[in-house]
Amino acid sequence: MPTFVYMTSCDGCGHCVDICPSDIMHIDKTYRRAYNIEPNMCWECYSCVKACPQNAIDVRGYADFAPLGHSVRVLREEGKGTISWKLIFRDGREKNFVSPIRTTPWGSIKGPAEYTAPRPEDLKSQELAHEPDALNVEGGLPALSRDQLKVGVV
Amino acid sequence: MVSPGVMKTYVVVMILLVVAGTLYDIWHKKSARYFFDNWQKSKDKGTKDVEIAGLALQTAASEVLTSSEFCNPKRRIAHLLTMYGFIAYAFATFVMVFWYSAAPGTPTPFIWPLLWFLGALAVCVGGYWFWFVIRADVSAEGQSPFRLMRADLFILSLLASVTLGLIWALSQSTFFLVLYLFATTVLFASVPWSKFSHMFFKPAAALQKRVANANGSRNNLPPPADKPDVFGSARRQPSHY
Repeated sequence: MPTFVYMTSCDGCGHCVDICPSDIMHIDKTYRRAYNIEPNMCWECYSCVKACPQNAIDVRGYADFAPLGHSVRVLREEGKGTISWKLIFRDGREKNFVSPIRTTPWGSIKGPAEYTAPRPEDLKSQELAHEPDALNVEGGLPALSRDQLKVGVV
Repeated sequence: MVSPGVMKTYVVVMILLVVAGTLYDIWHKKSARYFFDNWQKSKDKGTKDVEIAGLALQTAASEVLTSSEFCNPKRRIAHLLTMYGFIAYAFATFVMVFWYSAAPGTPTPFIWPLLWFLGALAVCVGGYWFWFVIRADVSAEGQSPFRLMRADLFILSLLASVTLGLIWALSQSTFFLVLYLFATTVLFASVPWSKFSHMFFKPAAALQKRVANANGSRNNLPPPADKPDVFGSARRQPSHY
């Protein structure tokens, strides 16, 4: 179910543009409000829905199981680390869901740009950028030693 | 340089252009109809009675006077600078044209030109900050600040008007006066095509949102969740190795 924007609620902050992994949330040239330029290419990850601070982005259900008259609304609450969904069906039934969206407080995870830039010689390392610190694993990444390997075992 | 009669006529024409442009905008985009449809829907779905006057006061004190709808604090500050700067600039212009232009011998109190200059400078600070740094086209889309589109008509004509006004006030050049009048005319005459009328529509939309929250319909949004004891699960360390 791709997303769409209520342009009267959107304030054009650009959070959805930043977060969309498919790069299909863009700023309209006439009103400077966000819109989904290509719903067919939406991955339906709902990152934009969850990121929108104005609750201006909603989900457009497919017509076969969510015909006209339905509503899917999403409320993100940063302080509680939750996201709530409210589905109203065409016949008036309602379903409400609350899900945790974080295991840590909102804003506590550093973005890639907040780490120091990797050095060129880090390309020779087996670890990815900012590993193992960014993985939050104590004592480094676990690895098998040579004596743990057995001949004939795949 | 310009006779008081011409100045007064120009200001009145600009006010009429804004009124006519806003009315055309309401009719053409059906924004008033959309607003009242939403209002009726919210009323039908609402479960509680609300006192509109109290909510209107809250909207005026929060969304209108302090631009509280902006989640980005930088954008909020830039908007407040631009908004209060424009109000001071426009009000000082109005007062000086209608009260102190007729009699050249009557000195204009120092406060009005000062308010005009400070207002114009505040618009420049907030406007150029927004234009070059904060604007979503630049900060999120990564576009050049110099890429122009229709959504820029309001902010650009506003910035052109106050910037050229400041240059004209300091230089007293006829050339800059002509440019200043041209930019100002574009600002006030382009209401149907620009975002000028957002200053009338946004408070109405903010009030509608407050009413929807107060009457229980919440624009179909879910109710606030109960706060969980821990964020997500209690697991903090990865244990899948």
